[in-house]
Amino acid sequence: MKKALLIAAALATATSAAAAGKLEIFSWWAGDEGPALEALVKLYKQKYPSVAVDNATVSGGAGTNAKAVLKTRMLGGTPPDSFQAHAGQELIGTWVVANRMEDLSGLFKSEGWDKVFPKDLVRLISTGGKAWSVPVNVHRSNVMWYNPAKLKEWGVSAPKTWPEFLTTCTKLKAKGLAAPLVVGENWTQQHLWESVAIGTLGAQNWENLWAGKLKFTDPKVVGAFTTFGKVMDCANKDASGLSWQQASDRIISGQSAFNIMGDWAAGYFTTTKKLAPNTGFGWAAAPGTTKTFVMLADSFGLPKGTKNRAEALNWLRVLGSKAGQDAFNPLKGSIAARTDSDLSKYNTYSKSAAADWKSNKIVGSLVHGAVAPESFMSAFGTVIDQFVASRNSAGASAAAQQLAVRAGIGK
Amino acid sequence: MKGLSKDRLWSMAVLAPSIILVAVFVYGFIARSVYVSMTDWGNDPAQALALDPVIRFIGLANYQELFTGFLQGRFRQELVSTVFFTLFFILGCLGLGLGLALILDRNPRGEGLWRTIFLFPMSLSFIVTGTIWRWMLQPQGGVNQAPTLFGGQPATFPWLSSTDAIWKFDWNKLPLITASVVAVVLIVVAARAAQSGDRRRTLVAAVCAALLLGWALLVAPNLKLLPAPEPHGFNLALIGIIIAAVWQMSGYTMALYLAGLRGIPEELREAAKVDGAGDLGMYRHVIFPLLAPISLSAMIVLGHISLKIFDLVYAMAGPDNINTSVPALNMYLTSFRQNQFALGAAIGTILLILVAFVIVPYLTSQFRAEEGHA
Repeated sequence: MKKALLIAAALATATSAAAAGKLEIFSWWAGDEGPALEALVKLYKQKYPSVAVDNATVSGGAGTNAKAVLKTRMLGGTPPDSFQAHAGQELIGTWVVANRMEDLSGLFKSEGWDKVFPKDLVRLISTGGKAWSVPVNVHRSNVMWYNPAKLKEWGVSAPKTWPEFLTTCTKLKAKGLAAPLVVGENWTQQHLWESVAIGTLGAQNWENLWAGKLKFTDPKVVGAFTTFGKVMDCANKDASGLSWQQASDRIISGQSAFNIMGDWAAGYFTTTKKLAPNTGFGWAAAPGTTKTFVMLADSFGLPKGTKNRAEALNWLRVLGSKAGQDAFNPLKGSIAARTDSDLSKYNTYSKSAAADWKSNKIVGSLVHGAVAPESFMSAFGTVIDQFVASRNSAGASAAAQQLAVRAGIGK
Repeated sequence: MKGLSKDRLWSMAVLAPSIILVAVFVYGFIARSVYVSMTDWGNDPAQALALDPVIRFIGLANYQELFTGFLQGRFRQELVSTVFFTLFFILGCLGLGLGLALILDRNPRGEGLWRTIFLFPMSLSFIVTGTIWRWMLQPQGGVNQAPTLFGGQPATFPWLSSTDAIWKFDWNKLPLITASVVAVVLIVVAARAAQSGDRRRTLVAAVCAALLLGWALLVAPNLKLLPAPEPHGFNLALIGIIIAAVWQMSGYTMALYLAGLRGIPEELREAAKVDGAGDLGMYRHVIFPLLAPISLSAMIVLGHISLKIFDLVYAMAGPDNINTSVPALNMYLTSFRQNQFALGAAIGTILLILVAFVIVPYLTSQFRAEEGHA
């Protein structure tokens, strides 16, 4: 036993002395997001030049493929040194409950992150007082996009509440606009549901919902479903065939007036469509959520049993640092999770989002993994689909409540 | 010890590896999946992906959940969709394939070229087919634009995004419907047996049919699978997927039928002509009966493809579109996105049973035929 310990100690010193370590980073940032990841890796290599960085990217939208590969590797006992996951319950409800992740509270304390990350955010990525992942970026999900010129032409303004939205919708329909709101495939409808629910329930009730203090079968939530049904009556009928980009295109072309989408749409409008903020495209908080920032974040965690733990910890330090976040986010089109970021590097939209990030109430997004585990989210898509077909608010609420019980929400 | 000659030993040694591999990797894994489908693996998120998960045996609860659980309406719709999809896919492929084969059998000009063109889609994978047809069936794309070629208005049919369904029925009536259908089949069997003079068979089939009908009329209406009515039907969005699948596989049936047509001896046709058969009569009484075995083999191959179809639907409509979803897609999502491994295994087992329904009778009839010849 003693001998084994000695050997282990010798090995440990040997590796740290040589310092020619290795680090494998697992993410789904390919394509457009690749350069942002590259910037981070470059920063890491400047600090730790002797470490060989292996960029194990698995491409595929929102990590659908990467998550399956990750599961195979984790179950097979060869976890990557650090992997990307949506911050919050998607990681906690999947890997933390299975006792597969390391507690990062120590790192948060020693790096002083408790002070620079907003409290609401730290609460979202923690359970039982322990933090589990380092958020690299922040996106906002409750943004309503429109075309300012077209709105002027129709003589309407961006509605502030959902009832106001419904009157605006009727007005636009009277002017011959068949679908004042545009939605796309299933997840964008869940995305819309989230904004409608927060806009009608309020931020506090939304948090209660995920803490198990408010049941899905509560009349308030049933009412949110009913409102969602009315909002969907304003939307296009060919939704399930459209990607979010195609849906955004209809705002620009004037086929629809509004689209609720996350702020990656700003990147699409400015970079791909070459439109200027405030003239080519406009934005407002989704109706009823003006002082609320519904956030989602990409984050990295530390799985138990990695081969290169020290290198992975250094990687997490770079991710959480001011330099790291300022290198990554302007390229990714998101904003820094830290409140002390250098705003001069960001575009017009991001500056307004960063200002809201510092001042608004922060709550987590459902469809992007912050408040509910994967098992809930994936099945909830079916509930939304069935609701859109049947418009049965009570049934959808009851189904959602059953899902919540099964996924252990509020336990 | 004549049985253990050197040749015999050699053959056993050579065959053993593949027998062991098949036993482990096919039948062993099937057994394992069936076992997993009777456990609670994944119901508790804390155990789903744990290093050493605690898994309990819970019998048939997962199957009960799938067929009667409040949350599993999607799965039940998928079962109904699969039945409709299989029906139209097989009919489409057989019809189109036979039509093309009959045309080519008339030796048109450039026959080789046509054959290649018709057979070509089969060389693509379903993913490629799916991607192509996804473009063609976009609301403002390909197929819907076709009328403008002739100066018409573009069509507006939402091929893959329709949420309408026709031929709806209440899932609670499923026992009634199934029992009635089986009873009708049994009555036909009984009638046929009576015609051929097999008294015992007639009696057994008739009694079974009567029992089933009685059960369907007296017991089944009082059965309630679900607390509320749950309508399921043929989703119109499936039409687009059926078109793509038929496009892909009808070349295969054409090749089968063409081979069958070419295999019919010229003497038979001539004999039919001498007997005074016209073109139609010859097809009806001589050629089509000879093609019947080919139809059967084609139906088996197409049937199992359609029951386990996954990639085509994934590529065309995405995984989250419940109007076009199929059980294989649900199995993947349930297991690998929701981490409900036991429930996923249960869906997989149901798929296996469905495929077995198609394959096993075929295999037994084949073996019997072979023994008969030997």
